[in-house]
Amino acid sequence: MSAVALALATNPGGYLLVLAIVLPVVGMLLSLVAGGRNAERIALALMPAGLGIALVIAFGVWREQAPLVYILGGWAPPLGIALRADGFSAVMLVTAALVVAAAGYFARPLFATPPQRAEARAPLAFWTLLQGLWAALNMVFLGGDLFNLYVALELLTFAAVPLVCLDGRPETLRAALRYLLFALIGSVFYLLGAALLYGSYGTLDIVLLAEGIRAAPVVAPATFAAGGLMTAGLLAKTALFPLHLWLPPAHANAPAPASAVLSALVVKGSFFLVVRLWFDVMPGLASDAAMGLLGALGSGAILFGSVLALRQRRLKLLIAYSTIAQVGYLFLMFPLAAGSEPWNGQAWNGGVMQALSHAFAKASMFLAAGLVAESLGHDRIADLRGIGHAMPMTLFAFGLGGLSLMGLPPSGGFTAKWLLLQATVEGGQWFWAAIVLCGGLLAGGYVYRVVAPALAASPLDVRASPSRGREGIVLALAIAALLLGFAPPGFLGLLQVGRAAIVP
Amino acid sequence: MTVIEILDIGLAVLVLGVAAWTIAARELFAAAVGYVAYGLLLSLVWVRLFALDVALTEAAIGSGVTGVLLITAAMRLRGTDPPQASEQLRPMVRVAAATLCIAIAGVLAAGVLMMADPGPTLAPDVARHLGETGLGNPVTAVLMAFRAFDTMLEKVVLILAVIGVWSLAADDAWGSVAGPRPLAHHQGPLTFFAQLLPPVGIVVAVHIAWVGANEPGGAFQGGALLAAMAMIVLMARVVQAPAVDRRWLRVVLVAGPAMFLLIGMIGFAVAAGFLAYPDGIAKPLILFIEAFMVLSIAAVLPLLVIGPPNRPQAGPP
Repeated sequence: MSAVALALATNPGGYLLVLAIVLPVVGMLLSLVAGGRNAERIALALMPAGLGIALVIAFGVWREQAPLVYILGGWAPPLGIALRADGFSAVMLVTAALVVAAAGYFARPLFATPPQRAEARAPLAFWTLLQGLWAALNMVFLGGDLFNLYVALELLTFAAVPLVCLDGRPETLRAALRYLLFALIGSVFYLLGAALLYGSYGTLDIVLLAEGIRAAPVVAPATFAAGGLMTAGLLAKTALFPLHLWLPPAHANAPAPASAVLSALVVKGSFFLVVRLWFDVMPGLASDAAMGLLGALGSGAILFGSVLALRQRRLKLLIAYSTIAQVGYLFLMFPLAAGSEPWNGQAWNGGVMQALSHAFAKASMFLAAGLVAESLGHDRIADLRGIGHAMPMTLFAFGLGGLSLMGLPPSGGFTAKWLLLQATVEGGQWFWAAIVLCGGLLAGGYVYRVVAPALAASPLDVRASPSRGREGIVLALAIAALLLGFAPPGFLGLLQVGRAAIVP
Repeated sequence: MTVIEILDIGLAVLVLGVAAWTIAARELFAAAVGYVAYGLLLSLVWVRLFALDVALTEAAIGSGVTGVLLITAAMRLRGTDPPQASEQLRPMVRVAAATLCIAIAGVLAAGVLMMADPGPTLAPDVARHLGETGLGNPVTAVLMAFRAFDTMLEKVVLILAVIGVWSLAADDAWGSVAGPRPLAHHQGPLTFFAQLLPPVGIVVAVHIAWVGANEPGGAFQGGALLAAMAMIVLMARVVQAPAVDRRWLRVVLVAGPAMFLLIGMIGFAVAAGFLAYPDGIAKPLILFIEAFMVLSIAAVLPLLVIGPPNRPQAGPP
């Protein structure tokens, strides 16, 4: 069978893709009906099951070395909707399941229903929204249809925005409203682009669209308009420089577990769709200049985000600006990974590794900052002297996460940046290498700003020490970022499954 | 030029004029009213394009529910301080925003005008497979069969929106009700309409939802009309909304997507897979699911309009 025919028929194991999406949706609906403490119980009980499904999907993709496909309702595209999991989807599913579970177990004391009440506002909202967000992410990673992906983006927005203002302070409401506006404008641009593509090619299925665009004697002008609109909308949601204005207040003011999933996963969801758009829907269509522009914006993000991170006074704001910088690296994929040379494949792996390692490292650092803020009652960097002696495990985890951000070995961040650097050298695009190295130095600077005074021998008044279990979660995430640096070749092979080999 | 063509051009000019007026309106309330008029005119445009299902939805949601939402928000904001000079957009920003909007509109117009005419379409495909669903309305077949997954998840989006609105409540108001208190004495035209309209509206809503299988209409339009009836009685302060922690309210909220999911999962066992219907009974199953969807939509939309629960539980009632 041809590759297109394979992509239009359910294959064994395809039903797992349905389960990956339906499980958190069912959990969210059940949590709302059962209410109170049951919401937390249901969410926490389903997280290991969801992780199991994600792992089985990843194993299936790796073993078959081919994408898993499920045709919903038995209606093959273009009439119906397909779900597909390639290597990138599979690893993102597993990452999302791990980070969501870590944030969930970490959040238990923060979002417990008070003993004297049957139900409280923030806990019910948190546990239902977290599951909704998880379902939305799984949809983004598995969707094979541009409109279905729009629904996924809407689900993601409506789950993510209220998480920002759960504690109800005025500045969090302001941050959430700004985030909502950026996210909704992004959705509208995406939807307009999807409509233009449907009008031009009569299908919304990614594989069929790619076929249609390839087969067309002349590429319809609306295709480029659609590509531009969708990219602009998705960049606003990803907070790529210069559309990053909403991110620092939203991510820095949200409760720590929410910050962790927002920074680690939610911005990656829209990034994932930019990759889908340019590598799967319209591969080879973008000019070098357009891909170079995305790379240049990414470079701007790396420099700008890092410099601003250096200047922040609050720990959570520093981490949020570092997200802007680290998202920038992801966009170096566009000028470097588009093509069929071996170094293009390396750049692809580098970009995906950056997405994964940043997810774990950033989740760990935001949760660590949450523990610090809980123990001290503030997160002013100037007043963190000696925190390393009071909370050694938390600071160690923060440092390990920082290692990955800087790109020092051994860490997933090192592997990611090394692969990107190799691709710049082999592809003769050395100017990106300068940006990668510069970004690493600046990351070293802002991590050092926190870690060095924290290690000073200085008495510090800690209100309450965090529990070992929650410190353990933070450390486990940091170690996951570290372990990615030891990924075997088979893992890098998994990332390549389903990658469209672009013939220039 | 025929009379119809002249009317079409007039309609287009009117839509553009009202849109421009809505943008230019200085008063929030006036802009909201302009937006409602714009939505109603737009639904006439859809009628002229022979897209009756879209016209109904635009009138019910685009103009109706969204209009109520915007007008309610504008009314609430009237009591607050006007924005300070520092919060207002600078002229430069306004010009930049207008330029960007015009550029995007230009790109869209160019993209649409340059499309092949007639463009590629799935309509023949839908018509060919319509028989397998037992339905007569191709739009309902797309929503409830071919793209059932999207429809189910859109209802989940609505539920998340309700949770998002509820999450804005004050902590001590949790478990209380939202919206205005009911009046002790019912009088005046609003009360009169709130008592007169719902019996008629409920019948029409059920009819629209029911005929959606074969004619324009369906669960969304029927549910929206039912929601409008609920909003009228709530806003006329004839009845008050249920407290947010009522179990039955939560069940009604999730009923639509939950039933959709349940029947979808049964498809794994007895049909071609998830969200597939067994041969021969597709139509009754679809109508069964739609009945629950109508309920959920009728519950979700008024809850979004009346906002978060707002009465602290402690203290005098």
